[in-house]
Amino acid sequence: MASTFTISCPLPLEVTDRVLLGHGSGGKLSAALLSDIFFRAFRSPVLARMDDQAVFDIGGTRLAFTTDTFVVKPLFFPGGDIGSLAVHGTVNDLAMGGAEPLYLSAGFILEEGLDMEVLRKVAASMARASQATGAEIVTGDTKVVEKGCGDGLFINTTGIGLVRPGVNLSAANARPGDCVLVSGTLGDHGMAILSEREGIGFDTSIVSDSAPLHTLVRTMLDAAAGTSLTDIRCMRDPTRGGLASSLNEIAASAGVGIELEESAIPIHEEVRGACEMLGLDPLYVANEGKLVAIVSPDIADAVLAAMREHPLGCDAQQIGKVSGKHPGLVTVRTAFGTTRIVDMLSGDQLPRIC
Amino acid sequence: MKYLDEYRDPKLAEAIVADIRRHVTRPWVLMEICGGQTHTLMRYGIDHLLPPEVELVHGPGCPVCVTPLEILDKAVEIASRPEVIFVSYGDMLRVPGSTRDLFQVKAAGGDVRIAYSPMEAVDLARKNPDRQVVFFAVGFETTAPANAMAVWQAKREGLRNFSILVSHVLVPPAIRLLLESPGNRVQGFIAPGHVCAVMGYSEYEELAQQYRVPFVVSGFEPLDLLEGIRMLLAQLEEGRAEVENQYVRSVTREGNEAARLRMSEVFEVADRKWRGIGEIRQSGFRLRREYAAFDAEKVFGVSETCAEEPPECIAALVLQGIRKPVDCPVFGTRCTPEKPMGAPMVSSEGACAAYYRYRRHDLTVLV
Repeated sequence: MASTFTISCPLPLEVTDRVLLGHGSGGKLSAALLSDIFFRAFRSPVLARMDDQAVFDIGGTRLAFTTDTFVVKPLFFPGGDIGSLAVHGTVNDLAMGGAEPLYLSAGFILEEGLDMEVLRKVAASMARASQATGAEIVTGDTKVVEKGCGDGLFINTTGIGLVRPGVNLSAANARPGDCVLVSGTLGDHGMAILSEREGIGFDTSIVSDSAPLHTLVRTMLDAAAGTSLTDIRCMRDPTRGGLASSLNEIAASAGVGIELEESAIPIHEEVRGACEMLGLDPLYVANEGKLVAIVSPDIADAVLAAMREHPLGCDAQQIGKVSGKHPGLVTVRTAFGTTRIVDMLSGDQLPRIC
Repeated sequence: MKYLDEYRDPKLAEAIVADIRRHVTRPWVLMEICGGQTHTLMRYGIDHLLPPEVELVHGPGCPVCVTPLEILDKAVEIASRPEVIFVSYGDMLRVPGSTRDLFQVKAAGGDVRIAYSPMEAVDLARKNPDRQVVFFAVGFETTAPANAMAVWQAKREGLRNFSILVSHVLVPPAIRLLLESPGNRVQGFIAPGHVCAVMGYSEYEELAQQYRVPFVVSGFEPLDLLEGIRMLLAQLEEGRAEVENQYVRSVTREGNEAARLRMSEVFEVADRKWRGIGEIRQSGFRLRREYAAFDAEKVFGVSETCAEEPPECIAALVLQGIRKPVDCPVFGTRCTPEKPMGAPMVSSEGACAAYYRYRRHDLTVLV
């Protein structure tokens, strides 16, 4: 019946002559932008690993180095603000490489006319977040653009951290038989932001999960240290594009399949409800204080137990397994025992008409 | 979650499937009309739970999919104008016209915005008296009442900067076309629950009588669909051709009279072109003459164009349930959700996109 069908991966993407919003979604369009423009321009073997941070050796010390830019709207949302998010986001990218965050930079693009009180609040929030994580903001930059050329305030943070000896976390390490763990409920941040945006028009008590994950990572690595640190294969913080995009990246990078159990995936009741109303799938909604880890089955129970002892991992679950079937694909087994694909979206998730 | 988990209970599903297996004696071809139902069937793999005798084919009820290229080209043309704020349901933005989609218009400087309701567009018109606000009024009988309400409200308030680009289609004329098509294989229909919530189901009683074919009005949750399928198969096995209502929590025979009144005040039935199928007589809505001032096609004088569909695409056959998406020579290769060639690949509710998104891992074993 389908004799002409072959999976063509990577899929051909429509070439566009302009940058679309979808190029920033974390989906296929983002991946195409990276490979077509940036990887081609900046040929670097470290960059080509496509992890959330670069890890390299300087004089026998392994360092993690990462940067992230924050363009969130609204600037203040339930559970955080652009300032705390800018610290947590970069700390988390370092933590996902198994690094303890040491120093941060902070770059500000301010729009002419921005209320000084807003900036003062954001700076205070960044200071609190940086003190709480122990990652000191040691350098920075400020630019002001004309009114109308920015959206109030954009922040870039860059971070540097020290990778724990013996740790080697990379998406390419995942192998069949490994377990997939998540640290807690999914989609909280994205739905908290969405419910605050104008035009959505409904009230929820959903709060962003924005939080620094380095101490949770430390706890997990401690749990693995008794056997082998390499039994923890990789970690990702599923930010934009959600869990689905992070797992698709891991599956593609390691050439493995990932099989999820739908009923095991923790999702807050209110997030589920809001997603149902808006026609969105929580697996594609952003998180800012959750991680997904691929770990060897030998230590999965121990790591999961350790995660649950940590305040940021108390809802941790094993949600699936890495498999040798369907390399590059993420699938989910429904409560009905049937299976479907959890694909990488091409751009942002779009609400359906009816 | 209350009011949802009850309709997704695996144990109840198992019981309904077992009952279906016990009672089916021969092959049957069933069609669900609505794209939302196709989406649920694929997402939960319901077709895989059914015995091999039961074949589900997917109908033309995805509003995004059947919106003709010409209308999309008009949308692109209007949205590109500097004085316009173009407001649309989210999933219309990615649907390509002949040359561009609305996301590309937005990237090139067009003011294109996503809304959940046409009333948001009316509100934008109030707040931006110096701009022209255009709402992309797409959909079946489900979205028509809200769109009619928006126009009615705008007229009442005397808003001169609000209009809608209409592409409304109706379900019963499409079913009639399918039933009269010589290649028709469909023996029973899952009627679209939300359309019937507005329209009631007496129209389907006429169809059932005239063509001796059974209908079950069904909801959108997995158990709704399984129950609807079970009821439909029971009718077929017993030789009945009636309209039954599974979706009693939302649908009555009379439907929503207030919504229909508002609709008929603003819209009148007209011939409409369906993407992938062609023109169907009396199959959609246009604005009545009294509301011509709110018709974006007239306000902006957009030209009548004729756009060609790619010849390889078998959308017309897929939308009529004659062929399955995987029968298409370009499915999953040159036609993907990123670069759709035909109507059913463009929205997640389209049959081709639903197969691609949820099912292509099954197909690898067939290669």
